[in-house]
Amino acid sequence: MRERIAGGYDDFVIPFMIGMCFIFIYLTIALIRLFTHIPPKDRIRFFKSLVNPAIMLKNARDILCDCLLHIKIFKRNLLLGYMHASIAFGWFMLILIGHIEVALYVPQRNGVLYYPVFFRYFVKFEGETTLKGSFFFFLMDFFLLMVLTGVGLAMYKRFRSRALGMRRTTKPCFADRVALACLWSIFPLRLLAESFTAGIAGGSFLTKPMYWLFNNFLSNDMHILPTWWAYSTAIGLFMLALPFSRYMHIPTEAFLILLRNAGLKVTKPRKGFAEAEIYSCSSCGICIDACPMNIQKKNLPFSSVYFMRFLRRNNIKKMNQIADKCLMCGKCVALCPVGVESCGIKRAQRATVYNDVKHDYTYLHQAHHTPDNTSSGDNGKVLYFAGCMTHLTPSIIKNLTGIFELSGTEYVFADKDGGVCCGRPLILAGREDAAKEVIARNSQMIQESGCRKVVLSCPICLKVLKEEYNLKGIELLHHTQFINSLIEEGKIKVKRGNESLVYHNPCELGRGCGIYKEPLNVLQQLGELKKAEKEGKESICCGGSLGSLTLSYEDRGKITQGSLDALTVNNPDKIVTACPLCLKTFADKSDRPVVDIAQIVNENIC
Amino acid sequence: MKNIVIIGGGPSGLEASAQLHKMGYNVILVEKSPVLGGHLAKWDRLFPQGISAKEVLEKMISQINGVKYFVEANVQSINLLDKSYNVILDNGITVLADAVLFTTGFELFKAQKKEEYGYGIYERVITNADLENWFRTKDDRRIIESPKRIGFVHCVGSRDEKAGNRYCSKVCCATAVKQACEIKQEFPDAQVYCFYMDLRMFGRGFEDMYLSAQKDYGVRFIRGRVSEVAENIDKELVVKAEDTLSGKPVKVTLDLLVLMSGMQNCADAVKVAAQIGVAGRENDGFFETKDSIYSLQNSTKPGVFFAGACTGPKTLPDSLHEARAAALAIHNYLIDKK
Amino acid sequence: MGKFGFTLNPSSRIDLDKVDREKFNKLVEIEPDVLKCMACGSCTASCTAGKFVKTSMRSAILALQNGKEEDAKEFLKGCLLCGKCTMVCPRAINTRHLILSILKIY
Repeated sequence: MRERIAGGYDDFVIPFMIGMCFIFIYLTIALIRLFTHIPPKDRIRFFKSLVNPAIMLKNARDILCDCLLHIKIFKRNLLLGYMHASIAFGWFMLILIGHIEVALYVPQRNGVLYYPVFFRYFVKFEGETTLKGSFFFFLMDFFLLMVLTGVGLAMYKRFRSRALGMRRTTKPCFADRVALACLWSIFPLRLLAESFTAGIAGGSFLTKPMYWLFNNFLSNDMHILPTWWAYSTAIGLFMLALPFSRYMHIPTEAFLILLRNAGLKVTKPRKGFAEAEIYSCSSCGICIDACPMNIQKKNLPFSSVYFMRFLRRNNIKKMNQIADKCLMCGKCVALCPVGVESCGIKRAQRATVYNDVKHDYTYLHQAHHTPDNTSSGDNGKVLYFAGCMTHLTPSIIKNLTGIFELSGTEYVFADKDGGVCCGRPLILAGREDAAKEVIARNSQMIQESGCRKVVLSCPICLKVLKEEYNLKGIELLHHTQFINSLIEEGKIKVKRGNESLVYHNPCELGRGCGIYKEPLNVLQQLGELKKAEKEGKESICCGGSLGSLTLSYEDRGKITQGSLDALTVNNPDKIVTACPLCLKTFADKSDRPVVDIAQIVNENIC
Repeated sequence: MKNIVIIGGGPSGLEASAQLHKMGYNVILVEKSPVLGGHLAKWDRLFPQGISAKEVLEKMISQINGVKYFVEANVQSINLLDKSYNVILDNGITVLADAVLFTTGFELFKAQKKEEYGYGIYERVITNADLENWFRTKDDRRIIESPKRIGFVHCVGSRDEKAGNRYCSKVCCATAVKQACEIKQEFPDAQVYCFYMDLRMFGRGFEDMYLSAQKDYGVRFIRGRVSEVAENIDKELVVKAEDTLSGKPVKVTLDLLVLMSGMQNCADAVKVAAQIGVAGRENDGFFETKDSIYSLQNSTKPGVFFAGACTGPKTLPDSLHEARAAALAIHNYLIDKK
Repeated sequence: MGKFGFTLNPSSRIDLDKVDREKFNKLVEIEPDVLKCMACGSCTASCTAGKFVKTSMRSAILALQNGKEEDAKEFLKGCLLCGKCTMVCPRAINTRHLILSILKIY
């Protein structure tokens, strides 16, 4: 193998080089801009994380699994996973092996940007039959084939997305279409170019037979240069369209992983960390099927993917519309292959609108708190915090306090006559400053109670207590966890009934706090547990979520019905949930009993 | 002889049966429960004058001599054959009916659906129907020996989007005022509160009843809807509402709370009607009449008629008028059909 | 001719002539639910903040309809947005968005 073209240059590399220079300049500027938008404290944190061995390892692993192999999508749908992984990983390997070839055969061209990409054009095959030579030929053809099958699947998906497990896909914008057309043509053109050149530069199982085929029909080498021109132009155009298209996620995603693993959080909706998230969105559209609102077609334009697109375009009206409508159920975040925290960005967006709304909570400081009638400083007792909503579902309070009594649990009822809201609803509405006042007051109340364990009935409260409260050394439990521990410790015994049950994961308890196992563990002992259509992190919001600000009651009703339909596919006798809001929302529409886990446990204590 | 199937043996069904029977038609009356009379059979006294429900019902039943009726019978299937309806009952009887009359009435809103009121959770919360039953039988352990403070909650499952019933159930206001007076007769020492949104005292004698409740029984009318009920250690009920007239939240502790459950269309009747393409109106679930002024007894299908509360909440006299009107509508239909 | 007779400023009477219709219409555009209230008081009765300080969705809506904008804001400034009023409202008014919109516009 030796250099065929003297000087290692031909004019056809110009389009490629224009594209590459453009993208390098663009990315450099974007990177600098992004760093200036990150708060200085976070910046230092980021650079420190780059030299932390544990985080370095995690970074490498995440980049390999998420950016190249797309493990998350594989878990969802094999074919869809293969489509993404084959293009990403295959392309990456082509670039890598290209560089290795250059390093091995024409080391004098090391560092020439275009050389590995057009390697086959510049070299001549000299009849080497070493294993090494044919091994590289084989690898290059193998990965090219891999990418081509991925591109083929992507084309097929345009027409029949359901075959790849997607009911609905994203509507591409103009730049997406341009970039897509380039991307789809890059690899077939590369195949053509390398095949035409295979007579000179050699090839393997794919390019060699193609060469023979072409040679028989087209019979001359005149086609070599035009195909290389076309190939170079396709790459160049792709690079020019890249920053304006969804494919910007390719360079951004890896960077996002670094930022995320450094522990950075969204502070502003369009700047700093959020910007990295926005450009990491690959517009794959998995969030469209995930969104519970999309049970109605009219809500499709409110999917997270479009929120990301409008953030990029700084379309404030649309950004606000989508942010305000979102249920904040977190399902799109849970299923997002890139892990874009769209709910956090939506909250930040809401803050730009609602954070400065005037409020006056001076009464919080005037109000004296006397939990129940027990003295404070009593460490043995459990503090029960029912939450605002639970006061509208007396079945939860009555049954849970019943369980407390039967299990001999001494408890203090923190908000028997109504308490102060936990602050989560304020946070969800983007009113972070107001929330801080409420959180501070409630934190103080809990600390002063002297209790070391707080049991909550409302997952909304639990989430904010866990994440935002200053409660070091105090154990926070949802009542499902508490009941589970009572059963495990043998403090209560339950009997198995004849009823079949299905469990609904409340958003804030499941996706919000990661509590999935305990309720199932309890329910398995109470009756036959039936499967819902969507389970675990894919559970569908009940529609009652406090997250949405603008969703109408009628539209919420459609979501509730959809969620109920998914729960009752296997015709359970009862629906069991663990959130007062879900309970009330479902009870209005359900054709069968809906109960809280506390009730079904209390009824089955023996 | 023409066959007419009447579905539902409540007041409307009984009255229509009697009228059509007198006109010379062969009437087959189908009732799903073991006794005739519908909700009337479970009621004690009737507003506005406190007439005994039992006496009214006995009079109605005495009028249907000669009518074929089946109790504990349900319509298993119904379908159109040429111009008649083939009605098959679950007791094996099959009738080819020239006309079908739905007098399926209403069912009470299930008060446990408004969980914040605690029906079925707290001991001392009952419904209007429970209270009527207690008036008749004096047997309900939820009512303590001598309650001192009693509350009535109007519009439970009525005028409520969340309950799925946006409409007014029409009779609950009058029923609440009637029951408030009656319970005061039983417990003269008790203070009675009525929590209402609007008092709809539209009928003859209703305003007198309201005045009497205020003047003779000292019932306190509070303009505000109850939003939540809690129970204290002594099983007393702590009720929260807003006194919207003074603009302040109110809290009151009660020994008994009565929920005025509203009316909704009968789910069983909807299933039967669906078999012949007769459906409920989308906004309230009650059956769709041919129009809303002139042909209230006619359905959208020829030969299918309505009377009573299956086309919307009605008082007892209203239902009886409709039953007679339906008898006439069926008579005219059968004459025209010849 | 000068005015004659007793006057007191400000009058305690509600003057519907002074209602800012433009602002109210803007509110209606953003949250049409403001028109649905039937003044049952459920929101006020169940209000979490209302236990401590007069907080009332119902009173605020009424105040706006009567042109008492300052009163309306006063009735809402203690709101914690907990959402109980949304849950109990028999007309299914989207109270949280309405509260935010009122405080934003007025």
